[in-house]
Amino acid sequence: MKAMHQGDLTFSSIDPNAGLKRAIQMKRIDIIGEISRSKMRGRGGAGFPTGTKWNLAAAAVAPKKYIVCNADEGEPGTFKDRVILQEFADLVFAGMTIAGKAINALEGIVYLRAEYTYLLSHLEAVLDQRRKAGLLGSSIGGDESFSFDITIRMGSGAYICGEETALIESMEGFRGEPRNRPPYPVDTGFMKHPTVVNNVETFAWAACIIARGADWFNAVGTDKSTGYKLFSISGDVQRPGVYEFPMGIMVSDLLKEVGGSDAKAVQIGGASGHCVPASEFSRTCAFEDMSTGGSVIVFGPLRDMLDIAENFLEFFVEESCGQCTPCRIGNVKLLEGVRMLKEGTCSMTYLKELLSLGETMQLASKCGLGQSSPNAFLSIVRHFKPEIMGRVNL
Amino acid sequence: MLVTENERLRQNILDWADELNRDRSALIPLLQRVQKRYSSVSGFAMQVIADILDIHPVEVYSVVSFYSFLDHKPKGRFIIRLCQTISCAMAGKDRVARQLENELGIRFGETTADGKFTLEYTNCLGMCDRGPAMLVNDQVFTQVSPERAHEIVEKCRQTFGTFALQDQGRID
Ligand SMILES: Cc1cc2nc3c(=O)[nH]c(=O)nc-3n(C[C@H](O)[C@H](O)[C@H](O)COP(=O)(O)O)c2cc1C
Ligand code: SF4
Ligand code: FES
Repeated sequence: MKAMHQGDLTFSSIDPNAGLKRAIQMKRIDIIGEISRSKMRGRGGAGFPTGTKWNLAAAAVAPKKYIVCNADEGEPGTFKDRVILQEFADLVFAGMTIAGKAINALEGIVYLRAEYTYLLSHLEAVLDQRRKAGLLGSSIGGDESFSFDITIRMGSGAYICGEETALIESMEGFRGEPRNRPPYPVDTGFMKHPTVVNNVETFAWAACIIARGADWFNAVGTDKSTGYKLFSISGDVQRPGVYEFPMGIMVSDLLKEVGGSDAKAVQIGGASGHCVPASEFSRTCAFEDMSTGGSVIVFGPLRDMLDIAENFLEFFVEESCGQCTPCRIGNVKLLEGVRMLKEGTCSMTYLKELLSLGETMQLASKCGLGQSSPNAFLSIVRHFKPEIMGRVNL
Repeated sequence: MLVTENERLRQNILDWADELNRDRSALIPLLQRVQKRYSSVSGFAMQVIADILDIHPVEVYSVVSFYSFLDHKPKGRFIIRLCQTISCAMAGKDRVARQLENELGIRFGETTADGKFTLEYTNCLGMCDRGPAMLVNDQVFTQVSPERAHEIVEKCRQTFGTFALQDQGRID
């Protein structure tokens, strides 16, 4: 298969089952210890420490537990999970199997977005091979106490189902409406059982960490953001695609690599992330600065920032689950505001009201969608006032 | 005749429900199968499913209406979904959109009179480095130019059978 990424990825250089083979010999507590020591944080965007999550689920006493792989990848500008599933599915499944042993879960579920239905037959084939090779099913690697199998559940076209509690609602047969947290899925997850939900990339790295050791991983990156990360890079660059960089990379260095140094602004973290103007390209892609699932959308010198804000807000208006008012109404108001700005009919007083509405949404919305949907609008207004005020429509 | 069609639908649903366990978590997989086979979930199908799972039909409807890949109303044999999100917008999706409308003689959100095509917008398809991207049923197309939009529509027109384009998993 033709490689879908740019440059070399660590995943290509690691035997996908090396980690699993080591894990078979390890005690559960040592597997979790190794992941914790790597200081890896989730690769889906929010960045919760993976070792801590596994530890909580391992400590829960319950007759049944689940491992869920979040393959709902819907954040605008993100496509690295698709590439991982196409090229490194074995590594992801090995990571899920290791997690299964670590928390004592017998079942894993991949929640695959409907838009990726064309990946299903490939993934099913890989799962079948793994069953035949004794890497899934009962007595994995000859260890009679180690059973684990993986099934795939399809999404049905809803971005919000990437949020872990909405994902669980959806798997249980309901509308994808996020729940209040706590309780967290590690405690009350799928069918009320303790459930670890991790991103596709997180499982792949977990398998690598067990294969190569925590020290190999945390030698890279920054103190708070260890290891490598895959980035999905699109927009106005010469060489878009999936790249691997160490965590903590500066925006300007990243732009140099991909051929986008003339950018006017960059969106880090997708529609719900941060819009960074050129004056701040020394900021870093790290959990202590800008937390990201790896979406990088680059805007060239001629782009209209209001078009960008409008596109993002249209996205959120459509994808809001509608459950809570700040998000359901707030995004519509912000979108109207952007359109007023485009037409040159927005007063400064009203713009200030919109800014404070955005801040209210960040505080009062029930889930991450509503809490982060105003981010791009707020930073575009903050950084591009001269460009967006007083427009004259001829 | 409609009655026999509905009988067949009911039988399908019963068979699928047996495969899937008859509990609430089977609801969406059931709906997905109905959608795939019948290209929409009719009121009748919802009633049958509600009876089997012992829930109110309104519950079933509220789920169908939530998900954009589940439809209450019949759609065309080929559902074209063009990505409208930012990277594809910057890569020229507007021109592709215009060409698709011209080729099909319908606007976005509509289905052709012969029931062959439905044209819709969708959000990010995870092909942002190779936009404009679109799905035709389950198959993804990337770097679609207006000219290629025409070719893809023509290919669909010449294809017989309900899901002939589907399941090929072609990644352009
Ligand atoms: C609106 C919304 C959408 C999300 N979409 C995804 C997604 O597509 N994939 C993903 O892995 N995490 C997504 N998340 C984050 C998940 O809720 C969860 O934190 C993540 O799957 C945990 O995995 P990680 O710790 O390995 O990153 C989303 C969160 C929100 C609020
Ligand atoms: S913030 Fe938005 S998406 Fe999240 S629960 Fe509220 S309405 Fe739904
Ligand atoms: S923006 Fe169109 S595929 Fe991501």
